Amino acid sequence: MADKFDCIVVGAGPAGCAAAITMARAGLNVVIVERGDYPGAKNVMGGIMYRQPTEEIVPNFSADAPVERGIVKQGLWMLAEDSAVTFMYQGGSWSKPPYNAYSVLRAKFDPWFAQQAEEAGAFLITETTVTDLIWEGGRVVGVQTSRDQGDLYADVVILAEGVNNLITQKNRLGEDLKMNEAALAVKEVIALRKGVIEDRFNLEDGEGVAYEALGAATRGMFGMGWLYTNKDSVSIGVGIAVSHLVQSGLNPNEVLESFKSHPAVKPLLEGGETKEYSAKLIPEGGIKSMPQVYTDGLLIVGDAARLVNAVHREGSNLALMSGKMAAETVIEAKELDDFSARVLKGYHDRLKASFILQDLAKYENFTDFFEQNTQFFTLYPELLNRAAEEFGIVDGTPKKEKQAKILQMIREKRPFWRILSDMVRLSRALGVP
Amino acid sequence: MANEEQATQGGASQPGAPAQTEEQTAKKERPRKVKGAEWIEGYHGVGVFLEQHNGRIAPVAWELCGVGRRLADKIQGKLYGIICGHNIDDLAQEAIYRGCDEVYVIDSPQLASYRNWAYTEAILPVIDKIKVTIFLLGATSTGRDLAGTVATRLSTGLTADCTQLDVDPETGLLDAIRPAFLEKQLAVILCKKHRPQMATVRPGVMEPAARDTSRQGRIIKETFALGDDDIPMKVLAVHDEGVGSVDLTQADVIVAGGRGLGEPRNFDLVRELADTMGAVIGASRPVVDAGWIGHEHQVGQTGITVRPKVYVAVGISGAIQHLVGMQNSDVIIAINRDPAAPIFAAADFGIVGDLFTILPLLTQALREKLGDRAGGSSSGNDQGQQPVTGGVALG
Amino acid sequence: MHAVVCIKQVPDTSELRINPETGTLVRSGVASIINPHDVHALECALQFKDDHGGSVTVISMGPPSFIQSLRKALSLGADRAILLSDRSMAAADTFATSRVLARAIERINEEIEPVDVVVCGKQTIDGDTAQVGPGVAARLHWPVLTSVIAIQKADFDQKEIIVERKMERQRQVVWSRLPALLTVEKELNTPRYASLPSLMAAAKAEITIWNREDLGLAREEVGLLGSPTIVAKSFVPPVQSRQGRIIDGRTNPEQAVRELVDLLMEEPKFVEAVMAKGKGEG
Repeated sequence: MADKFDCIVVGAGPAGCAAAITMARAGLNVVIVERGDYPGAKNVMGGIMYRQPTEEIVPNFSADAPVERGIVKQGLWMLAEDSAVTFMYQGGSWSKPPYNAYSVLRAKFDPWFAQQAEEAGAFLITETTVTDLIWEGGRVVGVQTSRDQGDLYADVVILAEGVNNLITQKNRLGEDLKMNEAALAVKEVIALRKGVIEDRFNLEDGEGVAYEALGAATRGMFGMGWLYTNKDSVSIGVGIAVSHLVQSGLNPNEVLESFKSHPAVKPLLEGGETKEYSAKLIPEGGIKSMPQVYTDGLLIVGDAARLVNAVHREGSNLALMSGKMAAETVIEAKELDDFSARVLKGYHDRLKASFILQDLAKYENFTDFFEQNTQFFTLYPELLNRAAEEFGIVDGTPKKEKQAKILQMIREKRPFWRILSDMVRLSRALGVP
Repeated sequence: MANEEQATQGGASQPGAPAQTEEQTAKKERPRKVKGAEWIEGYHGVGVFLEQHNGRIAPVAWELCGVGRRLADKIQGKLYGIICGHNIDDLAQEAIYRGCDEVYVIDSPQLASYRNWAYTEAILPVIDKIKVTIFLLGATSTGRDLAGTVATRLSTGLTADCTQLDVDPETGLLDAIRPAFLEKQLAVILCKKHRPQMATVRPGVMEPAARDTSRQGRIIKETFALGDDDIPMKVLAVHDEGVGSVDLTQADVIVAGGRGLGEPRNFDLVRELADTMGAVIGASRPVVDAGWIGHEHQVGQTGITVRPKVYVAVGISGAIQHLVGMQNSDVIIAINRDPAAPIFAAADFGIVGDLFTILPLLTQALREKLGDRAGGSSSGNDQGQQPVTGGVALG
Repeated sequence: MHAVVCIKQVPDTSELRINPETGTLVRSGVASIINPHDVHALECALQFKDDHGGSVTVISMGPPSFIQSLRKALSLGADRAILLSDRSMAAADTFATSRVLARAIERINEEIEPVDVVVCGKQTIDGDTAQVGPGVAARLHWPVLTSVIAIQKADFDQKEIIVERKMERQRQVVWSRLPALLTVEKELNTPRYASLPSLMAAAKAEITIWNREDLGLAREEVGLLGSPTIVAKSFVPPVQSRQGRIIDGRTNPEQAVRELVDLLMEEPKFVEAVMAKGKGEG
């Protein structure tokens, strides 16, 4: 066994394994240190994985990976207390394999992904927690672990430690998540027989649907609910801005329960049995909450670097791509035999040039905006529902009168000039020029 | 091996139907005639190992006589009991009253305390003698220890921890039914070609045999040949576990807590109710696994099967694994916030609601009733523990 | 001192288990682990080695994937690992399993080093029978001590051991000659963690594989063919449903409790069990 590795990757999640796979394939000597019993043990995700970015790392993804269902339909529920307005996209290029996205279960996917790293030559150790970085002369030269005689050395360390980036914080490279920089996600995996899923969601074998829900799903708090179909279960959860959750005094499980009992959702879960429950924080602070992502002998990737695009529910692809970019930078550094910040800055440059930091910059003000403008989660879904409801009622009222009635109802709840102002500010928050 | 279609057919889940006897249930679930099964000549009757310690018979022994007698009758054979120990003559007569036709008593100072080597050597020749087609032991620590070596020495099959037993009268083939897949299913195990068909039987599940003092039978004294030096293991001491140890299987009233409690300290609410009711505390497996309470309190799922007079399930959803462990209770009361929780279908009484409010109210109400009965004055006590509706651990 | 430990790799299917660290409820039917009791058995043997010197050999009967657990055992400090693997050994009941394990132990005893003690976990989480340990002992004609919760004394020169065994209502202190077979409970010890160097070394270690022929066993002696018992079928037990009085206590819990208590006072079995014996106020 080598005394020193080329690279130590801390964490065997998507970011860490993506980095390890890329480096191992280039012939570098890599070790991944994972604190869970197995890769994926500590991970919680909705979760959806996107084919294209993943195939950049593992070309055989759609063929070989243990994915659940290919997503052929994407639904958006705007929920009021007891009703829903649903938008659904289906068909087109989404309708046949290879699919754009797949539902996955982390406990199945992560071990496979880590195995790809091992097959590429990386060394994986589990049940081992990295407790700190080892610094020498101002550079990172290795890590300390929880095991006996547990120091490991390498030319560079990639921190892929996830949302609870304790090592990052301990070494003053980043700060703990503030309440307005995080969402708390609670999720259940509910078992449903395979045939039932096809019937209920109108799918063929292997096909899946992804729903996102706004409004009553999160009891009007800033956040989102979701429901994804897996092979023989559904993943259902809610993610809520921590600041709102704390203010409301609600228990997130209560919020999940009320989402599950919403009339639009409840029948879909009929006869199901909860198999798994998990809770995790999601970084939502965007670009402003990012730590320093490189220094001498160190790179930070994935959730640990706060690379999550909350607007688009994208985290896994940013994790994968940032892992790959970090790996490419390390490969360069190895060629130059220079692992200083000067060379490792190349990682940050790559991030900036890619969709990752471009998207995050675009949505820079997103979190703040929605923290303060909860009408998008309370009033607007409500109005949409009442308008749709009223619109569809056929009761002999002349259409002109009906239209006036709806407009009046809206005006009473929110003057039109404010709605206009909301839309303008919304589009700014979403970075629409 | 799961046969799901068959599973939904046989069950007696019509509302209002009385609980099935284990025989009825086993009958409905039995496969049609097993291919190639036929009576194995030379083996007749049923044998049971009647465990005793310090001259006191273990409760499971009479349960074995109960089920053993039923099986023996079905195949028109005799029921043989085997008792090992020292100074145990009076137990043999009792075994006759409990249904044994013949009782073999192996009395020797070498058998005073249970040790595997001696007991194995003691009963093997007797089993050879009686040539039974079925041999049962209790699935106790002793029974399982002994059964493992005896079955291997006899080169026969052994099924552990059965909760149901049935036999085909024509072929003498035993259906040994035991929980499988973490108690979500039952598996039927067969021992087609080897005899005796052996099984250990889970204590507390079968009805104990009734006592009939008019019954007659034979008592045969067997000698035990080995001396102390022939036996490479010795019991140096036996320590009784104190009265404090939990015994759910003998409890009349159990109050059990589950995941719905939210946090370990909320077991205090359960404790208060249990104390008031004079109950033993039980728990579902998830909370035992989580370390909220010790394994000795676990009901169901490799824990214990109980049949108390009253079972109160608090914050327990009623998954099959748990139900199988307690559904033979006389009166089942459930408290759960989810109206759709399966426990309510298995309960005689229940309240849908927040257990943190309801438990203290129930405890207080029962205290008052009990106070009334005792004729004592009801002093105003504290309201009990403030419940913690905790947040979720951030992972 | 030479100890042999029998381990089994099992699916980590502890349903609805709560992870106390993260507060998550986990059901991962994916990962494989060393059967928890076996980890304690291994720790027992490693402690014998710590105290008396010598070596520990770990064996397991199973498919090639069981190598993962054997490596883990090596990383914890075992010296040798042998996988007993052969297609014909599949679907074995406890009788066939104990035959294979006993034969392997005999071979180890003859060809590698005489065995002083065999340590097994009391039972597996997927089989739950607790039969393999006693079965192996019976075949070896060695004393068996099940449910060991403490080792009072182990003397490998004098060839004797004193243990405490757990029974329902008692603890037995038992002396036995060696060699003997122990099956252990979890409370016997606290398993150690591997050091980083041994973890890395184990990853590259050689694992011996013995097939049926290596053990000198015939087809009819192993696996399905060698099993006297067979699982005929599995089924979901019918739940006995009762027509209960379920009261809605969500809006008015006080009222609901009053109603329930009134009903219970009318239920003779409840009254008999609780009212006669429960604790009142004052």
